[in-house]
Amino acid sequence: MSNSIPEIEDCPMMLCVGTNMTECHPIIALRVKKAVRKGAKLFVVDPRKIPLAELADGHLQIQLGSDVALFNAMAKVIIDEDLHDKEYVEQRTEGFEELKKHLESFTLEYAEKISGVPKELIRECAIEYGSAERAGIYYTLGITEHICGVSNVQSLCNLALITGNLGKRSAGVNPLRGQNNIQGAGDAGALPNNYPGFQDVTSAESRKKFEKAWGVPLDPDKGITKIAALDHAVDGRIKAMWICGENTLVTDPDVKHTTKALESLDFFVVQDMFLTDTAQKAHVVFPAAAFTEVDGFFTNSDRRIQRIRKASDPPGEAKPDWWIIAEVAKRMESGVHFDYDSSSEVFDELASVSPIYAGLDYDRIDSGELHWPVPDHDHPGTPVLHEGVFLNGKGKLQLLDYVPPSENPDDEYPFYLTTGRRLPTYHTNTMTGRSEGFRILVPNEWLEIHPRDAEKLGFEDGDWARISSRRGDVTTRVAITRTSPSGTVFMSFAFPEETLTNNITNPDVDPITETPEFKVAAVAVERIEAPAGFSAEPALQADPAIEDPRDG
Amino acid sequence: MSTEKVMNLDGRNVSFQQGETVLEVARREETFVPTLCWDERLDPYGSCRLCVVEVEGRRIPASSCTLEAEEGMVVRTDSEKLRRMQATLVEMVLSENPGDECPRCRDIGTCEVHELAEQFDVGRERFLGDISNASKEDSNPFLLRDYDRCISCYRCVRICAEVEGDYAITMTGRGWNKGIATAFGGPLMGSECTLCGQCIYTCPTGALADKKMVGQGSIPGKVEETRSICPYCGTGCSINLHARDGKMIGVTPALDGPVNEGALCVKGQFGFDFVNSDDRLTMPLVRKDGQLTPVSWDEALDYTAQRFKSIRAEHGPKAFYAIASGRAPGEGAYMLQKFTRAVMNSNQVDNCSRA
Ligand code: SF4
Ligand code: SF4
Ligand code: SF4
Ligand code: FES
Repeated sequence: MSNSIPEIEDCPMMLCVGTNMTECHPIIALRVKKAVRKGAKLFVVDPRKIPLAELADGHLQIQLGSDVALFNAMAKVIIDEDLHDKEYVEQRTEGFEELKKHLESFTLEYAEKISGVPKELIRECAIEYGSAERAGIYYTLGITEHICGVSNVQSLCNLALITGNLGKRSAGVNPLRGQNNIQGAGDAGALPNNYPGFQDVTSAESRKKFEKAWGVPLDPDKGITKIAALDHAVDGRIKAMWICGENTLVTDPDVKHTTKALESLDFFVVQDMFLTDTAQKAHVVFPAAAFTEVDGFFTNSDRRIQRIRKASDPPGEAKPDWWIIAEVAKRMESGVHFDYDSSSEVFDELASVSPIYAGLDYDRIDSGELHWPVPDHDHPGTPVLHEGVFLNGKGKLQLLDYVPPSENPDDEYPFYLTTGRRLPTYHTNTMTGRSEGFRILVPNEWLEIHPRDAEKLGFEDGDWARISSRRGDVTTRVAITRTSPSGTVFMSFAFPEETLTNNITNPDVDPITETPEFKVAAVAVERIEAPAGFSAEPALQADPAIEDPRDG
Repeated sequence: MSTEKVMNLDGRNVSFQQGETVLEVARREETFVPTLCWDERLDPYGSCRLCVVEVEGRRIPASSCTLEAEEGMVVRTDSEKLRRMQATLVEMVLSENPGDECPRCRDIGTCEVHELAEQFDVGRERFLGDISNASKEDSNPFLLRDYDRCISCYRCVRICAEVEGDYAITMTGRGWNKGIATAFGGPLMGSECTLCGQCIYTCPTGALADKKMVGQGSIPGKVEETRSICPYCGTGCSINLHARDGKMIGVTPALDGPVNEGALCVKGQFGFDFVNSDDRLTMPLVRKDGQLTPVSWDEALDYTAQRFKSIRAEHGPKAFYAIASGRAPGEGAYMLQKFTRAVMNSNQVDNCSRA
């Protein structure tokens, strides 16, 4: 996030895009609700009628994957109406004239046709965004899990740049992270192209710095992404893999492909708290301690580095992750330093090689007040990024084109399937599924389908359905709700043992980030008899259907 | 122009900012003023009158939580008369909340009512009326509700609305007694309630309790409280972990958490007991004759190092790949990338953000 979470409540204009915030980030949603109570405007861009949309001044219910067309049209309105921040554009951005020219074809009519959002609403949203003194954009996977994920984000950045909304309080472009420490893992260098602190592995200067720090020569080529690595495992270029705390088999799209990749490995190590589906494929499984059993840090969505502390004892001989890796490393006899007495020593080393953490140690992160970058020990942290100047000079405005989803409904697979998370479940449920009570809240998977589609297919609430795509099929119960528009069905992926949603999702990836297009796949839906032992009963706790007069 | 103003508190001149309440000034000055309906996260409400103070020039004592401090105001917090009023109020409240059967008393810590009873040294005998002890069972898995103990302080209603923004419960206007209800009077599940549990942790009585913690208070052994961070989404809410003899028993919200300011969602509040799950891995496993078999750490570590070595020797550094967790602490991610880069000699490392 370019800005911190507490700032949200003073933001007068919020644009929430592809984020089911009340379910996925409930405590961030509180700040949004607070801002609305203080009189802020809220516009929600989401294909589904999520609860946040009920609070909004406008809900732009867009077709899956049409974001670029929509945001380009908004940028055009802002420029045409002369609402852009001329001084900021002049001083801090480049490519404005080119952008203006590029946007000529992105008329409101065109955007309405592609996105399905009425052009008056697009215009209203653009004008509110463009004329607000401060405006913040908040988004999650709804934006990035597409083949055009990078373009989607850049089209939002264009909006923020032309209106001068990057680099001031209660504004910015703010991705909300789905996992507690996904930011921290990237900060710490678990990326194929970056050393810790996002230092480029292909830069000779960074490489020298790390060769000096670790005392060994390093590879000048960047690595491949995890998605590509699974392909390389299938074709035999990757022979050994070490996966820490991820149930790759059920989180990745196209389970058959992932299974094949993992089964092709000569040597496969998994480190986890549980014998997950993925761990069952391993040659070695290391028992990992849980977050209550170790000292360490998590870095959250707004770049805040916070301490976790040991409160309970690990079961049996389970150990902290850092300890396990250091012990393997020592036994490799590489001569590289891996002798650490505590996690705080590991943290100190990270801080010593990462300029954004340079001013940190366990004392300084004790109260969790600091946002990186924290370049030295007297630095107060950086809740707002890009104040005054961008790190790499000027903000480049991007010329973006609309690319349709890689899979679209046709006669054989007539529905769009989109996936997401439900409040009381988390990812593949390895944690919430084992916590008492959560099973009662969301006992099973279900398919959300619009009443109009349900009627066509002859579904009653609680009936069973087979959902198939070009890759495979799954069965589950049906819940009839107006949350998703007609023509689009929705599932989560929290119940892999019963309903392996990623059997059917789309593995095509964004060419730059290689993030798979989880958010869009073409599927067919058919009614089937309830499997033996199940009766047809309404799926529990479906999203409350929101009445919409347009649906008749 | 300075906004610093001065008032007199128990004979001392103290400064305050325009807009502060007398209670806020007193808390800052570490002056004891008992409260029941007050919670630092909520707007002041002024219903219990336990926080009364005497103000010079006023005939009757005033509730300090709703009283704005004024320049030159002279306030007493500790007179005999105030203490008598407060003791009576506590006694009345206590009569609604007998200690013996209260779910909260078997919970960790004690509730505010029983803490106050101790402070004022009052027993529950004098006002003891009819107590039905009829717990109102609710099918939700987390919250125990027993409104016979409710003192109508509205803290639950207010936290649900003001802090969680859920507006799931209201008072059903039947006077002093018993009356928090969901919007449509039904059980919490299926209502607007998100089961975030925050009403429990503001309730000053035994009317609301955490089902997961009930019974914990009666087990001997000291409960340790450790500050940590929620392991679920990227919001980063601060929590307190409660553990006894090295075993997790519960979670409470950290009121001064910089992100959440005392709020939590259902996952952060109740989603911790996976750590106590029976199927946690306790030993390293190595596949032998097709079966994952428990082995010693030394064996597992030696074997792993030797396999990695031989694969690197035979197929080169790029035949290895590592995926770091986006959920585990960052020290592990740092170690795994250092291992990949400095020991395996490639940049073949990623985290699970792409999927
Ligand atoms: S659990 Fe949360 S949402 Fe439900 S009534 Fe209590 S405070 Fe409100
Ligand atoms: S249930 Fe508890 S918090 Fe709610 S009004 Fe009654 S005593 Fe107060
Ligand atoms: S309590 Fe809820 S909102 Fe806060 S970090 Fe945990 S899961 Fe996220
Ligand atoms: S605390 Fe002031 S009236 Fe209740």
